[in-house]
Amino acid sequence: MAAAAAAGRGPGSGPGGSPEGPEAEAPERRRKAHGMLKLYYGLSEVEAAGRPAGPDPLDPTDLNGAHFDPEVYLDKLRRECPLAQLMDSETDMVRQIRALDSDMQTLVYENYNKFISATVTKHHCSPFQAPNHQCDPRGVSSDTIRKMKNDFRKMEDEMDRLATNMAVITDFSARISATLQDRHERITKLAGVHALLRKLQFLFELPSRLTKCVELGAYGQAVRYQGRARAVLQQYQHLPSFRAIQDDCQVITARLAQQLRQRFREGGSGAPEQAECVELLLALGEPAEELCEEFLARGRARLEEELRGLEAELGPSPPAPDVLEFTDRGGSGFVGGLCQVAAAYQELFAAQGPAGAEKLAAFARELGSRYFVLVERRLAQEQGGSDNSLLVRALDRFHRRLRAPGALLAAAGLAEAATEIVERVARERLGQHLQGLQSAFLGCLTDVRQALAAPRVAGKEGPGLAELLANVASSTLSHIKASLASVHLFTAKEVSFSNKPYFRGEFCSQGVRESLIVGFIRSMCQTAQNFCDSPGEKGGATPPALLLLLSRLCLDYETATISYILTLTDEQFLVQDQSPVTPVSTLCAEARETARRLLTHYVKVQGLVISQMLRKSVETRDWLSTLEPRNVRAVMKRVVEDTTAIDVQVGLLYEEGVRKAQSSDSSKRTFSVYSSSRQQGRYAPSYTPSAPMDTNLLSNIQKLFSERIDVFSPVEFNKVSVLTGIIKISLKTLLECVRLRTFGRFGLQQVQVDCHFLQLYLWRFVADEELVHLLLDEVVASAALRCPDPVPMEPSVVEVICERG
Amino acid sequence: MPAELEPGGHESPEDAASPAHALELLCHLGPAAHGSTACVAWEPAGDGKRVISLADNHILLWDLQESSSQAVLASSASLEGKGQLKFTTGRWSPHHNCTQVATANDTAVRGWDTRTMSQIYCIESAHGQLVRDLDFNPNKQYYLASCGDDCRVKFWDTRNVAEPVKTLEEHSHWVWGVRYNHSHDQLVLTGSSDSRVILSNMVSISSEPFGHLVDDADLSDQEDRRPEEKSQEPPQDSVIATYEEHEDSVYAVDWSSADPWLFASLSYDGRLVINRVPRALKYHILL
Repeated sequence: MAAAAAAGRGPGSGPGGSPEGPEAEAPERRRKAHGMLKLYYGLSEVEAAGRPAGPDPLDPTDLNGAHFDPEVYLDKLRRECPLAQLMDSETDMVRQIRALDSDMQTLVYENYNKFISATVTKHHCSPFQAPNHQCDPRGVSSDTIRKMKNDFRKMEDEMDRLATNMAVITDFSARISATLQDRHERITKLAGVHALLRKLQFLFELPSRLTKCVELGAYGQAVRYQGRARAVLQQYQHLPSFRAIQDDCQVITARLAQQLRQRFREGGSGAPEQAECVELLLALGEPAEELCEEFLARGRARLEEELRGLEAELGPSPPAPDVLEFTDRGGSGFVGGLCQVAAAYQELFAAQGPAGAEKLAAFARELGSRYFVLVERRLAQEQGGSDNSLLVRALDRFHRRLRAPGALLAAAGLAEAATEIVERVARERLGQHLQGLQSAFLGCLTDVRQALAAPRVAGKEGPGLAELLANVASSTLSHIKASLASVHLFTAKEVSFSNKPYFRGEFCSQGVRESLIVGFIRSMCQTAQNFCDSPGEKGGATPPALLLLLSRLCLDYETATISYILTLTDEQFLVQDQSPVTPVSTLCAEARETARRLLTHYVKVQGLVISQMLRKSVETRDWLSTLEPRNVRAVMKRVVEDTTAIDVQVGLLYEEGVRKAQSSDSSKRTFSVYSSSRQQGRYAPSYTPSAPMDTNLLSNIQKLFSERIDVFSPVEFNKVSVLTGIIKISLKTLLECVRLRTFGRFGLQQVQVDCHFLQLYLWRFVADEELVHLLLDEVVASAALRCPDPVPMEPSVVEVICERG
Repeated sequence: MPAELEPGGHESPEDAASPAHALELLCHLGPAAHGSTACVAWEPAGDGKRVISLADNHILLWDLQESSSQAVLASSASLEGKGQLKFTTGRWSPHHNCTQVATANDTAVRGWDTRTMSQIYCIESAHGQLVRDLDFNPNKQYYLASCGDDCRVKFWDTRNVAEPVKTLEEHSHWVWGVRYNHSHDQLVLTGSSDSRVILSNMVSISSEPFGHLVDDADLSDQEDRRPEEKSQEPPQDSVIATYEEHEDSVYAVDWSSADPWLFASLSYDGRLVINRVPRALKYHILL
């Protein structure tokens, strides 16, 4: 024991020193030993948590585990390990056992040593005396124990003192705490007060801040401050100081509002900034109603400016820009502005509800209508213009532009109004085209008149009537086509308004087909008829050739052109409307009627020309004292010449027509003065001196059987019918004039010669030569009746004279 | 026939009424220094002492002395103008105390005041061609009918001569004569060289267009009259009848001065046709 203790003391450095030698060599082993100790003291779990996971302490095969079971371990070793390893583990085991033995000895020794030293120290030394005083282990140990006793006693005193002190400290601490408790509460309170004061400070500073903000123009910031403070101020209004602040704030706010309004009114900045102003003003709690009004008023001012600009362009003196530019400007300026105003308004004053919307709608309506008035005025200036595509494009822009505000302001009905305007313009355009066609037609007619007048001066007959007709027809047709094409632009797919019901239906059927095409054809007929309705007195200036030409034109229209034009129109415009339209047949009938009237009028006019010649020739001559006829009078030759000219003229435009086959047996005319001479051959005498009364009677009888001659009767569309009409009128006039005169013998003979001459040349122009014979017989018979001395000339002489003349 | 108006001679009505007497020359209408006379017209009312004669371009007013044996030229006027103007016919208006005369030359119709022998009105180009005849409406003082070579009959209001009141275009050749019925002026007779005589009912411009309708205003009559009345309501101008008895040009038509429903027409071949207004129409007008 003593040796062990001595050995232990050697390397150790006293009772407090730790055994270092063996531990340093095998920390593994120490840890194992510590583990066992710890296990023993029940610390394993706590310690194990801090350590890296070691082998499971509950494993029965763990040599160092608490639950080690030697049997199991051996069994396991025997089963699992080969012989060599078994041998190794056996030597290892032996070695470990030895090491443990020596460890245990060391431990016992050390502890023993410490115990002895403690006892000695207790007896001899103070507890704090160094252990190296021990020389005799027994004496040392008793000393140590004594010393320990002693020490403990001292320590107890110390401990008591410590407890006392601690009590004092606790007491103090409690007292301090108590004292501080009060302070803390006060500090908390003070902190609260501080916050409040800060707020108050904010409030007190508010006026100046606001002023500063206003000065700096940070209106948004100012409005935010004001908004933050307002509620508080409102709440503590009853306190005088707050009242003062509030008053100040209100003053400043009022100024702010005023400045905002000022800025708002100045309005140089665009609509978005105005909108911002309004927003701020609204946040300031300005009355929305009033702001609405003002906002709209501002908008109105701006838009009116635009309108004035537009109006200035309209002004009479400066050359107006083209309509496209105008509508563009109106669209971007006015309509764009209106859109902005409306959008901003709706955004800002959405809270206003239907009343606000109504106000906006009224606003848009009013300005819109003024804009429309301007646009219409501008469009009205386009009336003369012929460029339809420009107009259509302008209208398209205009219409398209108004769709946006239209969607925005459905209540204002802008889109509808715009559509209406477009429709109206389209209608007017149709009217203009109609007028244009009419004037073009009249222009054609003027050209024809000039062409007809010119060659006559040159003394050349036959100014290519057929050519003129073709010209008139083709130019009229091309005008119609051009009009159709340009009107067609209105219904083009890419035009925004072309899918409106008006343009799909009514415009095509009633507008283009009825009022333009049918209207033009009708007016053409009417124009042509007007030439007939002013006969003699005023219309005497109408050249007969023009009548003839127009008549042929109308007839051509009746046969082909009308149906062609209408088919063209229907194809181009795909008329979908169900409303009744004028059928082709009606128009054709009208055209035919016009043609007929024109031709009849032509006959009348030409008949009148020849009649006048004949009448003058009969009325101005003194038939009683005329000389024996030597010649056919010149006027008769003139009549035949003119008739031939008319025949040529009519032949240019009209077909020959059917002649009545002259039967060889003209028995019913046997007794007629002329037919008898014709029938019995050229040498047979027909007028016997005693004949007059007989022939008169006979002619009366014969008249009973012949048909009544309708002098001014409608004619058919052929040359023969026309010529027959003219000759009928002329000869009837001759007859009537002859009946008003009194003839001498030679006068009668002259009439005889003239009539024979006429008969020789006129029969070939008429459908039924009977007619010419009949009328000429009448003339001679009438002259004979008006003759106191009716001695007719020998037919042979008459024929000789006629052939000579 | 105008040509048969012998210049310088006339007979008194008493003489013409008794066929037994031979015609006796009472006086000459002055020296015929004014050219050929186209027309002679008696004063239609009054003491029958005044006569108008138209000679070439002169209009002469003669005053027959009490003895009716001497004619004194009371006043005259002449037509001045381009060319040789010649009166073709004239007519004395029965209205205005017989102070108006209408004349025709070529296509113009002129009115004259016999007191001053000055022109009152002038319808230039009243017709497209020669004016053949004139007649005054006996019951409507400003209404004048004219006809001419343009186959038309026109009715004029002499207060406004810019436009004719009415135009008829029924004939197919020159219209030689137009005559109002003396008592029922809606009946108008026209004769033409297309050998036809046409009797027209010009209700719309007559002096009694709605006469019987106005009478019906007193509601004393029974209801059976009402539908009839309605059917008559729109008075239509219409051709009553076309007479085609003539074989040649009709140069004169006139109404009987004794029987308002009787009229005569004369044609070139010497045929005189006397006709009556259709009975139905007569009763229609009378009742």
